[in-house]
Amino acid sequence: MAHLFSRAVLGFALALAAVAAQAQLVVEITRGQENAVPIAIVPFGWESQGAAPFDVAEVVAADLQRSGRFAPLDRRDMVDRPTAGDQIRFQDWRYLKSDFIAVGKVTPDGADRYAAQFELYNVLTGQRLTGQRLTANTRGMRAMAHRISDIIFEQLTGIPGAFSTRVAFISAEGTPPQQRYKLIVSDADGENQQIIANSTEPLMSPAWSPDGASLAYVSFESKASAIYVQTLATGERRRVSARAGINGAPAWSPDGRKLALTLSRKDGDVDVYTLDLASQVLTRMTFDPGIDTEPEWSTDGRKLYFNSDRAGSPQIYEVDPDLPNKATRVTFDGSYNARPRMSPDGKQMSVVYLDRGNYRIATIDLATKAVQVLSQGRQDESPSFAPNGATIIYATQDRGRGVLATVSIDGRVQQKLAASTGDVREPVWGPFPKKK
Amino acid sequence: MRAVQLVAILVSAVALSGCPKKPETLPDSGPTPTDTGASTGTSTGNDVGTSALGAEQQAIEALKRTGTVIFFDYDRADIKPEYVAIVTAHAQFLNGSASRKLRLEGHSDERGSREYNIGLGERRAQSVRRALLLQGVNEAQLTTVSYGEERPAVSGSDEAAYAKNRRVELVPTR
Repeated sequence: MAHLFSRAVLGFALALAAVAAQAQLVVEITRGQENAVPIAIVPFGWESQGAAPFDVAEVVAADLQRSGRFAPLDRRDMVDRPTAGDQIRFQDWRYLKSDFIAVGKVTPDGADRYAAQFELYNVLTGQRLTGQRLTANTRGMRAMAHRISDIIFEQLTGIPGAFSTRVAFISAEGTPPQQRYKLIVSDADGENQQIIANSTEPLMSPAWSPDGASLAYVSFESKASAIYVQTLATGERRRVSARAGINGAPAWSPDGRKLALTLSRKDGDVDVYTLDLASQVLTRMTFDPGIDTEPEWSTDGRKLYFNSDRAGSPQIYEVDPDLPNKATRVTFDGSYNARPRMSPDGKQMSVVYLDRGNYRIATIDLATKAVQVLSQGRQDESPSFAPNGATIIYATQDRGRGVLATVSIDGRVQQKLAASTGDVREPVWGPFPKKK
Repeated sequence: MRAVQLVAILVSAVALSGCPKKPETLPDSGPTPTDTGASTGTSTGNDVGTSALGAEQQAIEALKRTGTVIFFDYDRADIKPEYVAIVTAHAQFLNGSASRKLRLEGHSDERGSREYNIGLGERRAQSVRRALLLQGVNEAQLTTVSYGEERPAVSGSDEAAYAKNRRVELVPTR
């Protein structure tokens, strides 16, 4: 399925899952790591009658390829197809210059149930590094393949893989001012798209609950902004804020009990508040006459970061939720720092940073205040960390269209995800799935 | 009484400043007016409801000819002199009847962060709201909403498009 455009650029046309009329996302690696590790993901054996139910190895190879850190061997170059460790002739794979090899097989495991047994070996030493048996039904085969990718990735890099995670984003189709807006959730590779909300009025600012079960978002469907919380599994939806003026920028507290949000109330003063979801108690966090918005909780929940133009231009501030109105300024580098989003370890934040006239994604080390610009676009926005902290997803423009892009936090690996039609934007990376 | 007079003044102003060549036929306006200047108000007196509706429609049409969109400079929310006439016309419209309501829709261009741009759109809508309040409008007649960069008037990523998108739209509502 993967085909070579050039030595450096690989494209994957990701086929659509079941539901029709959805925007297809196409992933293009725009910059890969030069020393990507060569690895062979051998097609898994199928130990039963008929055709195999799913090509596990294809998904694993695509995941590792997209990470930019691995260069999977093309299937057509494989001279042998071992399905277990004792069948691997390591010399052959050394000759093919693969550093690692993964082999496996799929067997029926009851009615609509399959087991995949895989093993990972070091080609040079012949050492078995890991191996596992996983089971899934037909619908769960893709998720199982992502799980195998996670295990291989963590074994070889020391970083938990984020291939089993999901991403929420907004799509807009049609010509202004007549547009249709959708809130979509997909797997991190763009597959399995699900439309969560669909409106002729704007949808914006999706935010994952910490447990990954719900999304908060802003909808203008009632001709004014309102914040909704929707449970993904059931579709059940609750309107949590529809006050006069702005209802925007929802951000979940790490314990999932509160939303930080932006309101302008009747007086039009744009300020940050917190809303206790159970008690509905609203607490004002900022009192400045400027624009205070885009709140984000620190990972320990003890601080709120937000964007304020109280000093003349957007900059990041922090406030203790127990001591509102005692905000202190965090960013001083540059004339525009907006939309703070925390790294999972709480040590850095990503922001929209004005870099010589261009809005770009930057990270700020909170201890040293060092700024690193990671993107090269003119209007990059909406950064969001992957839950493993290794990658940031953000929105950018490509030939006048809104597309999504990812960049590794060292800036070395970049890719773009474009929809087949319309604009996509405001990507938010969901948390790790709960361990079952 | 004051409302009728105001409407008449606005309509005659429009008549002087070049009205459409063919009067529009409005579905609910009764007999087709042959002259916009003469068709307002209570000339016949025997069908007040229809006439009042016609007057309301014509007042709104007059607003449209004065202008219903105020444009702003980059990162600014102050109303430029060329748009004061639009504010004044809408203030007169609202002062003509307490039942008239206006929705102020603030917008920004696409540059920068989306939720911050919602703030900028709100700031512009509030700027127009304050200008209307200064001209005696009752605040109960006004609502504001900011769409930020979410509902551009035109697409495009150049200054010409940005200038058309940094705006407040003044929308009469019921």
